[in-house]
Amino acid sequence: MTAKSDLPQGTLDLLILKVVALGPVHGYAIAQRLQQVSRDVVQAPQGSLYPALHRLENRGFLSADWKDTETGREAKFYRLTRKGRAQLETEAASWQRLTEAVGLILKLSEGGVQ
Amino acid sequence: MTRWQSLWRRHKVEEQLDKEVRFHLDQHTADLIAQGHSPAEARRQARLAMGGAEQVKEECRDARGTRWLEDLWKDVRYAARTLRQRPGFAAVATLTLALGIGAATAIFSAVNPILFEPLPYPHADRITMIWDSYEGVRCDVTFHTYRELAARSRSFEAMAVMEAWRPAMSGAAQPERFGGQRVSAGYFRALGVAPALGRDFEAADDRFKGPRVTILSETLWRRRFSGDSAIVGSQTKLDGDLYTVIGVMPKGFENVLASSAELWAPLQYDAGNVTNYESEEWGHHLHMIGRLRPGLGVDQARRELNAIALHRVGQFPRPPFASLEHGLMVNAMQGEITRFVKPVLLAFLGAVILVLLIASVNVTNLLLARGAQRRGEFAMRAALGAGRPRLIRQLLTESLLLAALGGVLGIVVAEFGTEALVALSPAGLPRVGAIAIDGAAFAFASGIAALVGLLIGLVPAMHAYRVDLAAGIQQGSRRTAGGRQLTRRTLAVSEVALAIVLLVSAGLLFRSLERLFAIPPGFDAAHLLTMQVQYSGHRYDDDSARLRFLGQALEAVQRVPGVASAAFTSLLPLSGDQYGVYGAHFEDGNGYDVFRYAATPGYCETMGIALRRGRFLDEHDTAGAPPAVLISESLAKRQFPGQDPIGRRVHVGPTDRPWFTIVGVVGDVKQGSLADRQADAVYMTPAQWWFGEDAMSLVVRARDGVTELAPAIESAIWSVDKDQPIVRVATVDALLAASESQRRFAMIVFEAFALVALALAATGIYGVLSGGVTERMREIEVRAALGASRGDLLSLVVRQGMMLTGLGVALGLIGAAAASRALMTLLFGVSPLDPVTYLGVIALAAAVSAIACAVPAWRAARVDPSITLRAE
Repeated sequence: MTAKSDLPQGTLDLLILKVVALGPVHGYAIAQRLQQVSRDVVQAPQGSLYPALHRLENRGFLSADWKDTETGREAKFYRLTRKGRAQLETEAASWQRLTEAVGLILKLSEGGVQ
Repeated sequence: MTRWQSLWRRHKVEEQLDKEVRFHLDQHTADLIAQGHSPAEARRQARLAMGGAEQVKEECRDARGTRWLEDLWKDVRYAARTLRQRPGFAAVATLTLALGIGAATAIFSAVNPILFEPLPYPHADRITMIWDSYEGVRCDVTFHTYRELAARSRSFEAMAVMEAWRPAMSGAAQPERFGGQRVSAGYFRALGVAPALGRDFEAADDRFKGPRVTILSETLWRRRFSGDSAIVGSQTKLDGDLYTVIGVMPKGFENVLASSAELWAPLQYDAGNVTNYESEEWGHHLHMIGRLRPGLGVDQARRELNAIALHRVGQFPRPPFASLEHGLMVNAMQGEITRFVKPVLLAFLGAVILVLLIASVNVTNLLLARGAQRRGEFAMRAALGAGRPRLIRQLLTESLLLAALGGVLGIVVAEFGTEALVALSPAGLPRVGAIAIDGAAFAFASGIAALVGLLIGLVPAMHAYRVDLAAGIQQGSRRTAGGRQLTRRTLAVSEVALAIVLLVSAGLLFRSLERLFAIPPGFDAAHLLTMQVQYSGHRYDDDSARLRFLGQALEAVQRVPGVASAAFTSLLPLSGDQYGVYGAHFEDGNGYDVFRYAATPGYCETMGIALRRGRFLDEHDTAGAPPAVLISESLAKRQFPGQDPIGRRVHVGPTDRPWFTIVGVVGDVKQGSLADRQADAVYMTPAQWWFGEDAMSLVVRARDGVTELAPAIESAIWSVDKDQPIVRVATVDALLAASESQRRFAMIVFEAFALVALALAATGIYGVLSGGVTERMREIEVRAALGASRGDLLSLVVRQGMMLTGLGVALGLIGAAAASRALMTLLFGVSPLDPVTYLGVIALAAAVSAIACAVPAWRAARVDPSITLRAE
């Protein structure tokens, strides 16, 4: 198995918001989705997923209700609120800016060495 | 909203949280089974991935933010339960804290209204007191000085002068004398309070021979006139004159300058005749206040008044004794009325903080000791997923709960404490009526309790933080005990040190009083009764009537069985009498300030004042005879060193009157207080003095019982004149004690604090040693098994205890040496480093800590090694 990276501080919230933005989803599915999409590179510890979900719900970015899954069990489905969508946009934008800036710096330093 | 909802639906939320986590685990397990894992393996891996379901749930609760409230509730319930399980510990800790918080609150409730709260007047910070001064010492102003300042100054909205007035209301069964004030018209405006009924004084009331009008206090109005609002405009008889009541002050009006004053009348001094420098209007006997204009500071007013003092104008002539050339003193009124009590009150505040600290340290130590017993419990909870912050919070909740209980009980302690303080308070304490457990005191007690709760919980919490899980669960382990013991010893040492500071302070005050009361007052205080008679009514307008009354009253009093001798004096030692100081000028021009006693013949004999030379005054020293005077020994030594003063002459007061011839020298008497150095005094008969006194003190020497004589003597005086009010009936012994009431007050409070501190420190040492013996029992047992004698084991513990005490005493002595400087103004005749006090305190501390060591040491010495060996 390839080496897994720890998530940078605060990115878990962003990833959760992004996954939930695709449609109502329960916690286990979010964990699955994160793992699949990141091709196992990103290891989101499942233990920290739920506190993050509850925190986001508490801050009004997510809302939740109990619905049956396709297997017939009742599960807690999370949905993005309007506030959550706005939060996702700003967070995503700032993430973009940050990664671009970091990328630029990395290229620059390579040029400097040569 | 959601926070509260979720709190109230806590159960449901918990249920859902559990369901959500369970769903995740089940799904994951199912997926893993589908991937080919065995069910048991699948479940294991799912759990591993999740990372501890309980911990996740705990973190979710945290994230939801309702945690703190739920936890608080849980913690409080848990804390209450653990306290209930150990009622002994809870009781001792609560009582200790109640003592500390109660004492602090009581002192605060006394200090706050006097020193910190503004005086009970609107914009009280603008009220100032104004004094004339002589060589940097305050003295009262004269009426003409007031007139000049009021006319020339621009800094004040209102200025006023006042003097004591003690009118008698006659007509009732027994004549009653009231405390009152004669005030210039602007007095109440300067204070900023208007009468609730009727009107204030006006300039037209305050003129020479003006109308007789009076304003009553609300309490007098209720007591004497049953609160009848028709009182305004009616007349009442005071000192034989009819006064018209023009107003009643509002309920709760506090007259801080003369708290016993119940009625007021205009001053009505003569503004004319300014160049008669012997007139009452030029006497330095008026207190003066002024209300600053808005926006003006005390400094500005001080500058303005002193500029006026320097620049005389022809319209306002000044005699040499009121030239104002030494400047005027202008200070905020609050500072002025509290200047004598401030050092005492601040010392109390300092002392009570020490007591509170000791109490807190003591409870901290108890908590630490309990922490040692609860190590297993904490380790278990930590292993079950409680985070360290959570454990610390639990401990803080417990200490806060203890402090809250202590605070509630402390309020009860404070109620008793303030009552005791008021009962003990010296006469000069201002605003005594305002001392109460009020809102401010409640707030203070709550704040202190919260602070103490956090402080005492902090140290044990820090120790809990270091809990070593493995070591904790192994019950036998003693590895974590080391740090805790060190902390506990440090705390015990600091307790001893703090107690020493208080003990030394109390000791120094005790020694000061001892020194003071060892000073001979110059007279024999035993079996002496005294009371004051003030002439009331117009039949005493004539001085000869006053003398006649004195003679008749003395005759009547001397007929009372049990009276050995009796005399009247204008000035009574240690009574607080003022205005008895005159200038004495001898033939060579030397002048001294002296106490002047106009005393009937037999006064010195009755008081037991010693005759050093010549003769006492006798019945031949009457109006027509050559004026005779006695001088005090100190005055004789100063003016006539090595010479015989008998036959020399002296002027007392004005120098244009006949000389007094010195006929005798008498022993020195302490007039103001035992600490007084000034003892220069002159004595003459009232018949040979140039005016009749307004009030005279009777002194009676009884054959034996003294207080029982008082009613008989009073009725003897009333048999001469039934309208003569009699006040200040007291034994001279009582006056003697009262003259040092401020020091005595300070000493009693400090002694109480020091005793509490000593007891707490002793229990602190006991606790540490006893805990140490328990924790080291195995070591002690092994030592015993290896042949250590009882003596060895005893000395092992005692040595440790004495080391703690020794260290605490050493640190405490350093602290005491520094702290005792704050007591300087209260000390008399002892240095703040008085070796007797320090040695005494060391001995006391050693003795008490020896007792504290004894029980644990005895327990250690009784160890039976055979039991241990079997147990191992």
